[in-house]
Amino acid sequence: MKVTIDNITIDVESGTTIMNAARQIGSHVAPPAMCYYEPLKGSGGKCRGCLVKVTAGSEKDPRPMPKLVPSCITQVQDGMVVENTISEQVLETRKGIVEFLLLNHPLDCPVCDQAGECDLQNFAFEHGVSKTRTVEERNTFEPVDLGPYIKLNMNRCILCYRCVYTADQITDGRVHGVMNRGDHAEISTYIEKAIDNDFSGNVIDVCPVGALTDKTYRFKSRVWFSKPEDASCSCGKCSGKVTLWYRGDEVIRVTARKNEWGEVKEFICNTCRFERKKTSEWTLEGPTKIAGKSVISANKYGANTITPAFPLKQAAAQYKQIDDSRDTSFLVPQKQLN
Amino acid sequence: MKLSNKTKVLEQRELTFSERIYLPAILGGMGTTLKHFFSKKVTIRYPEEKRYLGPVFRGHHILKRDEEGAERCTACGLCAVACPAEAISMVADERKKGEEHLYREEKYASVYEINMLRCIFCGLCEEACPKQAIYLQHDKMVPVFEDRSEVIFGKDKLVEKMDNRYLRDGWK
Repeated sequence: MKVTIDNITIDVESGTTIMNAARQIGSHVAPPAMCYYEPLKGSGGKCRGCLVKVTAGSEKDPRPMPKLVPSCITQVQDGMVVENTISEQVLETRKGIVEFLLLNHPLDCPVCDQAGECDLQNFAFEHGVSKTRTVEERNTFEPVDLGPYIKLNMNRCILCYRCVYTADQITDGRVHGVMNRGDHAEISTYIEKAIDNDFSGNVIDVCPVGALTDKTYRFKSRVWFSKPEDASCSCGKCSGKVTLWYRGDEVIRVTARKNEWGEVKEFICNTCRFERKKTSEWTLEGPTKIAGKSVISANKYGANTITPAFPLKQAAAQYKQIDDSRDTSFLVPQKQLN
Repeated sequence: MKLSNKTKVLEQRELTFSERIYLPAILGGMGTTLKHFFSKKVTIRYPEEKRYLGPVFRGHHILKRDEEGAERCTACGLCAVACPAEAISMVADERKKGEEHLYREEKYASVYEINMLRCIFCGLCEEACPKQAIYLQHDKMVPVFEDRSEVIFGKDKLVEKMDNRYLRDGWK
């Protein structure tokens, strides 16, 4: 199936969503995703951050779709033409989406542990407006401890349901979910029951904001002061492939490895995440690759020498042999003039 | 040979009597000197006296407190990441119950250090601060240090004293 996204045509399998087709082209056309998470079935369609404009529905029926569609749950059709960043309407709508997501979000990034690797922060920075228009009071909740390892800060939650899907699909028998409806909806456990499951720590990784954070990492360091290293161990429960976050010689945090889109590659168990915090318990595989634009690589010498893949690919595609058969006889060498 | 008409032929003439006794010229010179005794001086007696360097001078850093006396800094680390000389380092801590009057937010800097040998007084930390916590004072310079052990300024030297609050011109 041929689909054109931002004037770039790509051949994809039927059943692919617009989001995944755009991701196959590259990060420069992929719409932002706040709730969609590829490893989790059924995720997506909640945050509206990935709305795109479909200017031609398909080859058979080339009428444009009447409204912007969420690209993460809309499947492509043959001959579909999609506009993402080249559409003024899409960019304008995203500004509104950011405003709505931030309606009840406290602007406590200086305190929040997620700052620096927060999807909402990136989304608001790239697509939002820098001023807030709301004067209304925000919903506020007290921070809650979900068991000994996880802290829930409901103020920051954007109700993306990723953690609920994670608990449903990765762990057996989830004990937390979304309570109440509409404006009163909140993530909660049944009467503040602790989450205790071997894989419950993964809700920290999937959370796009700082609503679910690691209590063992709480206020230890800012993300951009720590140095990520890939490491592995032979763990019976999970694959044991993790990223260790160092500050000096000390492992301050263990997370699962994430791909280009910030999605967990392999979910890890709680033992690896919360209890193995010594270098001697891991086999180091080398530094984690960090995108040059990420704040994690900020203020580190040599960060600007990392060549981004896309410009290189584009340069290779647009390379033209220069035809230099013009008349150069007037360029007489200096020596002959004298 | 005359190259231009600008040359002037000097004629040596005899000095007059008043010129010959030199006294009027000496008195004239003394008068000029005396006038400067009473005119306004252009120099100041630094370091006892200090000149006003304007409201934008970037001097000694200060970590501001808010109106209630609670520290504004939340150890977000933006000053440290903005610092081109990597002079700032900090350790964050969580505020406990009963410390609300000491720290404004639930996180605070338990250690905040600036290496004054590294600092270049560019003011980027002040610009980066989202909490209006760090300022470079316009009226106070970093004192001269005599030993390397004195160059790292901790919170004891940086946090604002409530009896001597810092106010910049143009603030209320």
